[in-house]
Amino acid sequence: MLDQESRDSETQYSRAASQATAKGGTVYSYTLLQEPPLGYESQAPYYVALVELDDGGLVTAQLTDIDGSLQIGDRVEMVTRKLTTDGSQGMIVYGYKFRPAL
Amino acid sequence: MNVSIIGAGMIPVREHWSKGIRELAAEAARLALEDAGTACVDALYVGNAYGATFNQQTQLGSLIGAELGMNGIEAFTCEAGDASGGVALRTACLAVESGLVRSALVVGVEKATDIVGPARVGARNISLDADLESVNGVTMTALAALMMRRYIYQNNLTLSDFEGFSINAHRNGAVNPCAMYRNKLRDGAFAKAPMIADPVSLFDCAPDGDGAAAVVLVGSDLAADMVPQPVQICASAVATDRFMLQDRDDPLHFEAIGKSFFAALEQAQLGREDIDLLELHDAYTIMTALALEAMGYCLPGAGWTLASDKGSHIALEGDLPVSTFGGLKSRGNPGGATGVYQAVESALQLRASAGANQVPDARRALIQNIAGPGSTVVTHILQRQPDEA
Repeated sequence: MLDQESRDSETQYSRAASQATAKGGTVYSYTLLQEPPLGYESQAPYYVALVELDDGGLVTAQLTDIDGSLQIGDRVEMVTRKLTTDGSQGMIVYGYKFRPAL
Repeated sequence: MNVSIIGAGMIPVREHWSKGIRELAAEAARLALEDAGTACVDALYVGNAYGATFNQQTQLGSLIGAELGMNGIEAFTCEAGDASGGVALRTACLAVESGLVRSALVVGVEKATDIVGPARVGARNISLDADLESVNGVTMTALAALMMRRYIYQNNLTLSDFEGFSINAHRNGAVNPCAMYRNKLRDGAFAKAPMIADPVSLFDCAPDGDGAAAVVLVGSDLAADMVPQPVQICASAVATDRFMLQDRDDPLHFEAIGKSFFAALEQAQLGREDIDLLELHDAYTIMTALALEAMGYCLPGAGWTLASDKGSHIALEGDLPVSTFGGLKSRGNPGGATGVYQAVESALQLRASAGANQVPDARRALIQNIAGPGSTVVTHILQRQPDEA
């Protein structure tokens, strides 16, 4: 699977997103989303950002643990979080979010 | 291309609670067929994006064909998210140009308002990347907001720099009987609009609506004998970009818009100066600014300047009329029907039958239908058919 992906240079940034080695980055852009899709209502409003990873590439992800102000260029780090609960069976979907660098 | 529009019809974009997807589609189709003065066609191509998730309905080709009494006809859906209407028109152009299909009916249809709130937002999210965007709770509006905030940051702008796009759209939509929101924006209203995804406010983004629009296409040689004012489709071009914003070298450069736009100009052997009006995919004000840049109407970072002075440059009487019937912002955003609405509106302009929305002496129109953040872009150029065609 990895070999197949590595042959496809078009997906290199996507792989950076899902298999990033660096956990740190900076906020490239962000927004506070008020109208969530089904399954995300309990979290709304929540921050969504494009994060520029330290080893290159952008990742689309939620920001978490934002208490005060937020600006483009802020340092953030990747953490594992629950993203949503899938359907009536209640399977939990885990993934990555970013929080202010500690 | 040797392809012309001989009939066009659309229904108002509304919350059509009393009608289903087949009734909406059939209503627009009958208007277009009546306009063309014909009852039958060889093929039906349906532009629809969210039938599967809004309506639990696929196979719209057969469904709508049967509703129209066209049993046995070649019919199927063309899907490319919000660019579905554009790719249905493109498919019909290819079919007629090839000679394999003599006449084609294109119907764009979307029935969005049967579901509301988070359910509709989620249903729309099928056109984003399921594994890397939607799973993170990201929506198209959030992507537009990410672009807009970065654009404001890089170019040192304020929110009010975008208001001209919405003021213009509502000015034009206010006189279009088919528009969903026919209100003009009052002075200062834009700045006070509630945020949907900061900095995208209610007046930056287009409202979801139910709608259907249809056109009938035949070869240009036949068209001249069938109707008094055929509208020729002189270019048709589709381009795609890296699917996600995050995978682009510059998230503020819509590469596929440029590719599709310049391919269309080359096909038609025209320059930017030959285009009299633009119907752009103004689902968000930032999309219009970035589209104008990608097409070279201004330098990168300067798209917003075309909206200055309350959008006077892009008004019906301006240098570069945009969204002449209100665009997605005021006419409404009927999802996968949008690209066909654009074709109908342009056909009316080129026949000089646009009423209060008429652009003076419109001879050529460029229409552009986009899915996602410029992931799929469809551009068509339409013109008054020359007598010798």
